[in-house]
Amino acid sequence: MDEWIEELRRIIPEKRVLTDLADRHSYSFDASFDEHLPDVVVQPKTKQETADVLKLANRYRIPVHPRGSGTCLSGGPLPVHGGIVLDMSQYPAEIHLRPRDLTVDVTPSVLTANINKAAEEHGLMYAPDPSSAHVATIGGNLAENSGGPRGLKYGVTKDHVLGLEVVTPEGEIIRTGGRTIKNVTGIDLTKLIVGSEGILGVIVGATLKLMPKPPAVQTLMVTFDEVRKAGEAISQTLTSGILPSKMEFMDQACVTAVEKFQPAGLPVDAAAVIIIELDGHPETLKVEKRLIEEIMEDMGALDVIIPKTNEEAAKLWHARKQVSPAIAKIKPTKVSEDATVPRSKIPDFMDRLQIIKEKYDVEVVAFGHAGDGNLHPNVLCDKRDVEEMKRVEKAVEEMFEAALELGGTLSGEHGIGTMKAPFMELELGEVGLDMMKRIKESWDPNGILNPGKVFPEKGQKLVLHHE
Amino acid sequence: MNSLLQEQLSYDKTFDCVQCGYCLPACPTYETMERETHSPRGRINLVKMVAEGKASVEDLKEPIEKCLGCMACTTVCPTNVQYGEILESAKHVIDEHEGKSRPRKLVENFMFQRFFPSTAWMDSLGHATWLYQSSGLKKVSQRFGLTKRAPLHIHEFEAVLPEMPSPKRRKSRAGRYVRKRPATAKVAFFKGCIMDSVFYETNQNTMELLLRSGAEVVFPDQQTCCGALHAHSGKVDASVELAKRNIEAFEEESFDYIVNNAGGCGARLIEYPHLFEKGTDWHSRASAFAANVKDISEVLVDLDGLRFEQSVPRTVTYQPSCHLRNVQKVTDAPVALLEKVPGLTLKQMDRPEFCCGSAGIYNIVNYEEAMDVLDVKMQDVCGVDPDGIVTSNPGCLLQMKLGVVREGAGDRMEAVHLVDVLMEADPQPKT
Ligand SMILES: Cc1cc2nc3c(=O)[nH]c(=O)nc-3n(C[C@H](O)[C@H](O)[C@H](O)COP(=O)(O)OP(=O)(O)OC[C@H]3O[C@@H](n4cnc5c(N)ncnc54)[C@H](O)[C@@H]3O)c2cc1C
Ligand code: SF4
Ligand code: SF4
Repeated sequence: MDEWIEELRRIIPEKRVLTDLADRHSYSFDASFDEHLPDVVVQPKTKQETADVLKLANRYRIPVHPRGSGTCLSGGPLPVHGGIVLDMSQYPAEIHLRPRDLTVDVTPSVLTANINKAAEEHGLMYAPDPSSAHVATIGGNLAENSGGPRGLKYGVTKDHVLGLEVVTPEGEIIRTGGRTIKNVTGIDLTKLIVGSEGILGVIVGATLKLMPKPPAVQTLMVTFDEVRKAGEAISQTLTSGILPSKMEFMDQACVTAVEKFQPAGLPVDAAAVIIIELDGHPETLKVEKRLIEEIMEDMGALDVIIPKTNEEAAKLWHARKQVSPAIAKIKPTKVSEDATVPRSKIPDFMDRLQIIKEKYDVEVVAFGHAGDGNLHPNVLCDKRDVEEMKRVEKAVEEMFEAALELGGTLSGEHGIGTMKAPFMELELGEVGLDMMKRIKESWDPNGILNPGKVFPEKGQKLVLHHE
Repeated sequence: MNSLLQEQLSYDKTFDCVQCGYCLPACPTYETMERETHSPRGRINLVKMVAEGKASVEDLKEPIEKCLGCMACTTVCPTNVQYGEILESAKHVIDEHEGKSRPRKLVENFMFQRFFPSTAWMDSLGHATWLYQSSGLKKVSQRFGLTKRAPLHIHEFEAVLPEMPSPKRRKSRAGRYVRKRPATAKVAFFKGCIMDSVFYETNQNTMELLLRSGAEVVFPDQQTCCGALHAHSGKVDASVELAKRNIEAFEEESFDYIVNNAGGCGARLIEYPHLFEKGTDWHSRASAFAANVKDISEVLVDLDGLRFEQSVPRTVTYQPSCHLRNVQKVTDAPVALLEKVPGLTLKQMDRPEFCCGSAGIYNIVNYEEAMDVLDVKMQDVCGVDPDGIVTSNPGCLLQMKLGVVREGAGDRMEAVHLVDVLMEADPQPKT
């Protein structure tokens, strides 16, 4: 056995250093569809152990890839260069609430939904609500700067972080930020680490911001016969003095897929469906609900449906959650993108998707957080069909180009990881990308922390097929 | 790539898994064994890896053997992955590959070669236990810790077995009972091997409840083991054989219900159609059979023929059998019945859906792992501080009894079958 593995076994209890083939395969994937086999999986349970692993990795120049629950959609935790998968999911999960400060301290392995659950017991909430919150770790959320439907009103993960505890790539333990809402002491390292996809440090603790939980919510569903009208209605709503907590969009293909998968009574004849949630005081909600109804009628909506009971509302939101699994039934492989455009450009982007779909003869559906321009175009294909996958590659490439041309970005919340790395220069320009690289090089001089992510390797192209 | 292996391994079904990880928080072994290798997503991926020749059947063995088969993962999976089929295919391949671990082999050889094939085996298990208990052997061996030397921790289970009826009493049971004429329904009783041998009294109580509900109860003579344990051990052929015998046995007359009181058996019985190819005669016979299979709780709710007279001043928590809840999808009926018992307080524990670790013969062959799962379960049980744990499957019942002993709570807590609690409340016919 390699010397460095022997040494790992001396600093981490043996049963948390996994080298069996079955174990290694079990950490070779995430929710994207690539796979890479690590040499070892290490499961640290303290920050000191984490730091020790990184020190050793620096000495032997072994790549280390942090991993939470492995729900990443862009290949972030994959050990593309072998070496170590650093499994942070077994770190002891601790949630320390400070209700009077409206803050909470957490360890990296805590499942995000559990933070909100704990906060709700005190009339508070942790606002970021990615759909995967009940499975994903807060460490993964911080590293990906994840967001969810509520992002429209409350922002994404980075808007709720006050401070972090981080093990640097060289194995030192530092604290960034603090426990106060206001803090301008020095460069904001907290924001630098959040969203850095595990390439600048391993997060071992975080202080997060909580908010008062709104006393009531109101759901509405609006249907349109044209995608363009739906897009305009969204802009109109947001400029009329109302800020809904969620505005979710589904195209006809998604609605049809959901109805086939788990019928929820969604209108399959509409070209577009928007599900809206308002939150706030019950009296305010009554007024806002009426206003939205008026706006939607003015904008030519087919129908505005207001659920009568909480159960009916829950059913609509459940249907929204079913989109992702439902469309996976169209074809076995799902290439999920989350290119984001300025809100006013959603109809244009939808038009472009239609053209791409026809040009490459691929199955494309779109849904997502329309209120903030974060759409999820998904290409449904079969990864065993090499010829089809080559067409998919081209289609995806063109989708990125379309989003950028419309003034948007490659990724709203799923991260760059391995898949989107080849397109970074397109969005950032040569110098912009180089400035980012310089930050990475000064933080991680030996290049051992999560290599192969974010930055394209020489000549790297989007590859979705395996010959 | 080995296409034969791919076919045997339900390789195609593994593609339904999108690796979203939604099943991770539901899986007991992922929680207790603390690695993805022992999670549903990990196991499915390994099956795929083996089918693709990237890992060997040998690599698959441990992760598959340590799966409880509780199917909690299937209830949360958004893409409806057929984990049960993938698991059984993996077990079958491992069995053919003959690479099972020693304790599992030992138990299986004993059970499947010497015990199960015998037609009289159901009773003989009960008889042997009775002989053991009534002859005083039980006391002696308990006192001197004799059984402790037996392998596989049998002694732990032995200590919590109920008293057995004598062979004579067992034999005196008739094949058909009817009290109310005309009966409200005709019910065939699937007695279950472990239920009938180890929990004989509970079977008697089940029958009594049905009779008092106004039903006619029939014991088809030729019925045999449901085959669940065989299938869970990869013995596909044997389990198909048993299924055929049962289908035939229950075809002799027509029944409104084929009732059972063991969640694990019921789950197997309703899956009989999967054992046969669609379009074949056996497939349609199996489907007709499965359509009538119901758990005792559902039948009692359906018949709605009982009034409970006696107050049962207890605080209980309900531990659903995984196979009843996750495979048969029976969730409300047991609770509805318990709520009818006067004086009874029902408290829901945290995560009732978390497996107790019994899982067929899992707790015998994977004793340590099963006890880790049980300890998590007992923590949740103790969280509501009940004096009774109500279950609906013999394996769970034994395991929970063991859990009570492990907690040192024998003086304040007891595990009971749902049916026995209902009998305690003196049920009387409504009309
Ligand atoms: C069905 C489904 C729905 C989803 N919905 C959403 C959604 O609505 N919004 C959204 O934003 N995302 C969503 N995602 C994507 C994914 O859940 C998020 O990116 C999530 O934050 C990943 O968390 P994880 O714990 O699984 O991390 P992993 O997938 O294990 O890792 C993600 C990244 O974080 C790094 N990392 C993990 N832990 C640490 C740590 N402690 N320190 C440093 N780096 C670390 C890894 O190296 C990797 O780059 C969804 C995914 C799925 C499968
Ligand atoms: S929930 Fe289903 S699809 Fe998701 S990882 Fe588990 S088995 Fe696969
Ligand atoms: S059947 Fe139970 S133990 Fe096995 S993978 Fe599914 S949840 Fe885990």
